[in-house]
Amino acid sequence: MSAHPLVGHHLSEAEHLLAHADDNLVLAQRLGEWISRAPELEEDIAIGNIALDHLGVARALYTRAGELEGLGRGEDDFAMSRPEREYRNLLLVEQPNGDFAQTMVRGLFFDAYQVGLWDGMAGVDDTELTGIAGRALKEARYHLLHSSTWVVRLGDGTDESHRRAQEAVDRLWRYTDEMLEELIPIRRHAWGRVVSAVLAEATLQVPEDPYQRGGGRRGLHSEHLGPLLAEMQWMQRSYAGLRW
Amino acid sequence: MTPEERFEAIIAAEEKIEPPDWMPDAYRNTLIRQIAQHAHSEIIGMQPEGNWISRAPTLHRKAILMAKVQDEAGHGLYLYSAAETLGVKRDELQTLLHQGKHKYSSIFNYPTLSWADIGTIGWLVDGAAITNQVMLTRCSYGPYARAMVRICKEESFHQRQGYESLIALCSGSPQQKAMAQDALDRWWWPSLMMFGPHDTDSTHTEQSMEWKIKRVSNDDLRQQFVDMTVPQADYLGLTIPDPELRWNEERGHYDFGEIDWDEFWAVVKGNGPMNRDRVDHKVAAWDEGSWVREAALAHAAKRAESAA
Repeated sequence: MSAHPLVGHHLSEAEHLLAHADDNLVLAQRLGEWISRAPELEEDIAIGNIALDHLGVARALYTRAGELEGLGRGEDDFAMSRPEREYRNLLLVEQPNGDFAQTMVRGLFFDAYQVGLWDGMAGVDDTELTGIAGRALKEARYHLLHSSTWVVRLGDGTDESHRRAQEAVDRLWRYTDEMLEELIPIRRHAWGRVVSAVLAEATLQVPEDPYQRGGGRRGLHSEHLGPLLAEMQWMQRSYAGLRW
Repeated sequence: MTPEERFEAIIAAEEKIEPPDWMPDAYRNTLIRQIAQHAHSEIIGMQPEGNWISRAPTLHRKAILMAKVQDEAGHGLYLYSAAETLGVKRDELQTLLHQGKHKYSSIFNYPTLSWADIGTIGWLVDGAAITNQVMLTRCSYGPYARAMVRICKEESFHQRQGYESLIALCSGSPQQKAMAQDALDRWWWPSLMMFGPHDTDSTHTEQSMEWKIKRVSNDDLRQQFVDMTVPQADYLGLTIPDPELRWNEERGHYDFGEIDWDEFWAVVKGNGPMNRDRVDHKVAAWDEGSWVREAALAHAAKRAESAA
């Protein structure tokens, strides 16, 4: 098996896949919180769809990671039994939904990253993984279309929506380096071009404050992940070892 | 032929009334009320099930539940669109829901208290909904009948998923089976109430049947549902909470006890366990989303202006 395309070769391939699975599961869990609360019915449907896509990718990656690891662990073992220190998701995806602007800006940053990530996996020497990445790439392009369209509408909408969208950019920008470190330079630049173009069209500014936060990939999370996992894992932890 | 005669002829010939056709105002208003109530029920129904999306016990169950709740949003959308063919706007209908002037199915005013409630809603509530809705695929109003064909297909998938998740509980631990029994105890009677008042007390039934909007009476549908569901409960090894339930050889149907009509009317009138919470949740989501909708309109207006 060839080296994984991502940097950080001290991690096994299974561990890399787990980290990406965690990104997708945590974001699916976050987006699921929007269902029945979206600003309009079409968005209930769209956000539900995107959450389902992320959940599907997470499940496929957990399953593949379990096969590579060879210890007999399946998707629910990974999802429901690990405490927050063992989760390896990016800090960005665990951030609270905030308002609709914050959710869409988080989506823009992450969707543009995932387009690069999955595209970069097209050539790896693992047909299971290229299959997952191929499907995920198609989905990520739709997600990016959705989030970028909304960021433009909000940035270039009313004074209030502009203010909220700019606040979201300012708040979430600090979680982008952690994510971009994983992309090879050419894909990192592509991310920058895509995001800059959307922000420019949305009349939004990239924050001047260079402050960045990382640690998610080492299990050093914000306080937001624990309650999310506590809720998600509640059934399995309350009723251990049962089939559902 | 006058428009009235043409309308009557279409109904008599079992053909469909379509949006441009002349129709009596009362027919139009009955359909708007019924389709809107149905759409609102799909939308409000997202809440009790949505309550368990974050806590579903496995990723497989989470995916099924998320997809189901999303289907309900989709059903709401088709149904509001079907209502719009009658000359009302979705926003007007949603406003009536928010103001408490439009009703939705009372079943959604009960809370989901355990994971077993999710399977039970699929089995009983979607089962009762299908029993009610299959006849609507033959309804005289074309857009409603066609919307119901697709909705019924998805609902029957939901019902199978719900029942299948109860099979998992009932073949699991004693604790899981007790969870399923408790859910059946709480959801059985509200599910029977979904068919509405007795035929003798139903204000809309007779006219709706003449117009072929409604094709089977409340009591007949309720009987169909009981006959279908009792063997399913037996298969699960669960006990239906009705001491009067027994097979009647002579009628060829199950006899069953009387619904608590005081509870039925209390919930219909707004005093169920969750009535206020359901509407408050919807109104809060709508109000919190207003700046987003305004932004979308403002942006579209700017685009239109710069294109002009």
